[in-house]
Amino acid sequence: MSDSHYTPKSKVGKWFNDRLPLLTLANHLTDYPTPKNLNYWWTFGGILTFCLITQIVTGLVLAMHYVADTKLAFASVEHIMRDVNYGWLIRYVHANGASMFFLAVYIHIFRSLFYGSYKSPREIIWIIGIIIYLLMMAAAFMGYVLPWGQMSYWGATVITNLFSAIPFIGEGITTWLWGGFSVDNPTLTRFYALHYLIPFLILGLVVLHIWALHVPGNNNPVGIEIKKPSNDTVPFHPYIVIKDAFALLLFMIVFAFFVFYTPNILGHADNYIEANPLVTPAHIVPEWYLLPFYAILRSVPDKLMGVIAMFSAILILVALPWLDTSKVRSAVFRPLYKQFYWILVLDVLVLGYVGAMPAEGLYLLVARIATAYYFIHFLIILPFLGFIEKTNPVPLSITEPVVAGAAMATRSDGENKIENNLKSLG
Amino acid sequence: MKKLISLVILFISIFSFQNHSISAEKIKFLETDWTFKGLFGKYDRGALQRGYQVYTEVCSACHSMQYLSYRNLAEPGGPEFTEQEAKFIAASFEVQDGPNSEGEMFTRPAKLSDKFVMPYDNVEAAKAANGGAYPPDMSVLAKARKGGADYIYSLLLGYDDPPANIKLDDGVYYNKYMYGNKIKMSAPLSDGLVEYSDGTQATEEQMAKDVTTFLMWSAEPHLETRHKTGFRVIVYLIILSILVYLTMKKIWSRVETKV
Amino acid sequence: MSDKKPKNRRDFIFTATAAAGAVGVGAAVWPLVDQMNPDASVKALASTEVDISSVKPGQSITVVWRGKPVFIKRRTQEEIDKARSVSLEELKHPEKDEDRVKNPEWLVMLGICTHLGCVPLSDKGEYDGWFCPCHGSHYDTSGRIRKGPAPINMEIPEYVFLNDNTIKIG
Repeated sequence: MSDSHYTPKSKVGKWFNDRLPLLTLANHLTDYPTPKNLNYWWTFGGILTFCLITQIVTGLVLAMHYVADTKLAFASVEHIMRDVNYGWLIRYVHANGASMFFLAVYIHIFRSLFYGSYKSPREIIWIIGIIIYLLMMAAAFMGYVLPWGQMSYWGATVITNLFSAIPFIGEGITTWLWGGFSVDNPTLTRFYALHYLIPFLILGLVVLHIWALHVPGNNNPVGIEIKKPSNDTVPFHPYIVIKDAFALLLFMIVFAFFVFYTPNILGHADNYIEANPLVTPAHIVPEWYLLPFYAILRSVPDKLMGVIAMFSAILILVALPWLDTSKVRSAVFRPLYKQFYWILVLDVLVLGYVGAMPAEGLYLLVARIATAYYFIHFLIILPFLGFIEKTNPVPLSITEPVVAGAAMATRSDGENKIENNLKSLG
Repeated sequence: MKKLISLVILFISIFSFQNHSISAEKIKFLETDWTFKGLFGKYDRGALQRGYQVYTEVCSACHSMQYLSYRNLAEPGGPEFTEQEAKFIAASFEVQDGPNSEGEMFTRPAKLSDKFVMPYDNVEAAKAANGGAYPPDMSVLAKARKGGADYIYSLLLGYDDPPANIKLDDGVYYNKYMYGNKIKMSAPLSDGLVEYSDGTQATEEQMAKDVTTFLMWSAEPHLETRHKTGFRVIVYLIILSILVYLTMKKIWSRVETKV
Repeated sequence: MSDKKPKNRRDFIFTATAAAGAVGVGAAVWPLVDQMNPDASVKALASTEVDISSVKPGQSITVVWRGKPVFIKRRTQEEIDKARSVSLEELKHPEKDEDRVKNPEWLVMLGICTHLGCVPLSDKGEYDGWFCPCHGSHYDTSGRIRKGPAPINMEIPEYVFLNDNTIKIG
């Protein structure tokens, strides 16, 4: 890496850095050469970091007041909403924060799909990302169980019953997951413990995700490898930091709107009814971010096959770097892939929609077609596209298409500063 | 930038569409002008106080409100009875306390810190007294039903004679807005059922509106603070966004790439 | 000054942004801090009423107020005299017994040693008042510190006699 020869200026700094090179790390992070053509879709990495920290901090606070006991859980959540100072705010931020987290992660994933960020040499970043996404789903699901409302209870029942589809050992696994013969107090307490643990696993994986990113450096909208540092790059700080901050603020405005004005729109009314093991709500659906997978699960008539299809839909993403055979990364230069990309986006949205609808009639038919297409996209279309697609010419550098910009960027910051000062004087 | 904004709009519309399509699978609810809707929505104090009266005189015979305390009645953002009034209200209920120094339970007048007295000791007793149907706890009812306040308001006014093709058993009533149209609660409100001390005419609609407002408050007691804080937060975020945008433009002017 | 103007103007944006950001972070941190303060339901329990009709002279009862023990001691004439005969110079934390009670017969105080918060034992110690077993603080019949590491007398909570038989603490 370019910054391995960094030495702190102060004596104390040097003394410290020789023993623990934190300053070298900080220097690496601030100087990290970033492609300067990154668009706003690239700001979601920073936004996701914000989401994770927000969830951990608000979750920690909620844990100070929440009681993981089937007799008290619902009441303790009401206690948080009514009596705890700012409890309503903290809980609504946490609950809506989960949705915002998934919103951001979906944009992040689809950005990667569009610009081919999962391709060599970034396969490990991508796979760590998929593991993070899986852990996020686990954390979100277990978190949703904690308020012990009707949806909590029945969601937990349905999801844990998925494992009973496994031949021979399935029943044993569900009983083991439950710690009993149905979802009950032992299930709640273990879900609580795991819900607390998983975010820290995610945090660790995020560190690896960023570490793996900093080895080859960022992909960029043009999708070409660039020389770092060069005219094509800017230091992470302040350029990318300030841009991420701006995007984060816009994201926070949307977030705040949900929290303060429609805090329950993404949830289900039934979860404000305390769990009742004797009555199932009329219409069970998972949270919106799990709906596409729920649709895939229900579109397969066989119990075991449905579960396999659902898990495959996620695991297939792990193989994506090898399923996509095209040498060109960015969809900008792949006219055919670009079209299939948007069809896939539409397909996932359709799956999400039918996932929220009753599994019958036309909805079921649409779900089946959309499920089939999802797998066809990854297993058939992508591998073939690499061979048959005629890609557009790819530029050699980011600055190449913009001649004037290239000339400007060769000048040092100092010169630009002087010129700016002159300009504002004039 | 434009793409980003359009994407945000797209997602919001998907969410709202999704929710809308789920909740709108049945008929349209009755509409009325709630003061608590909208960005600056607040509760109507008069409606809350009258609604509390309807709750105590009518609903509380069967429906508990186990998460509310008498002190809530005097808290800001709620019915805002004076502390004296709330104490007086509380003292009109008897609660069990104890054990005393002899080890016996005793009853005493309720204090502000006590929870609302429940009509039945437990769910089973409530079921037994109501033909097997449990009158749901009303503390968070307005959030526990699709359609929220509109649904409750409509339900209270939705009693009607059953269509010819629907046969009702004894103790079951027809309601246009109830899920499945069959409800085990008889029409709870009728004109002049309570006498409002502030001179408001106690029509069925008025009582339904008042008690629904009261239920909305009990489900969402911090709604007013939430709206107020939300407005400030969003205004702040917009101002900060503008400042950060200007800073960003300034910084990026050093390299001639558009942001 | 005039040639520095453009720099100042640019700095103004940076400073304003940083300041506005800092205000926001501060405002966001406050709810996270304040949530640990006593909540509305805890505050509502701030007062408690005690029936003292069954306490005989020389006896004391301990009641719980805000999760802490409150000693209510019905003192004998002898104990009152003892508490009042002490001259203030002898005391580590000089307070008259008259200022510590509303009715000389009834001593109402927080039963918490002012050293490190243990609950002292009654009718023990060298001054026939209370003795804290944790680090050996001795209190007299007025609950004043006489010997040991505790810095001040045991605290008197706010209370009123509602009638001859009832005390309201808090």
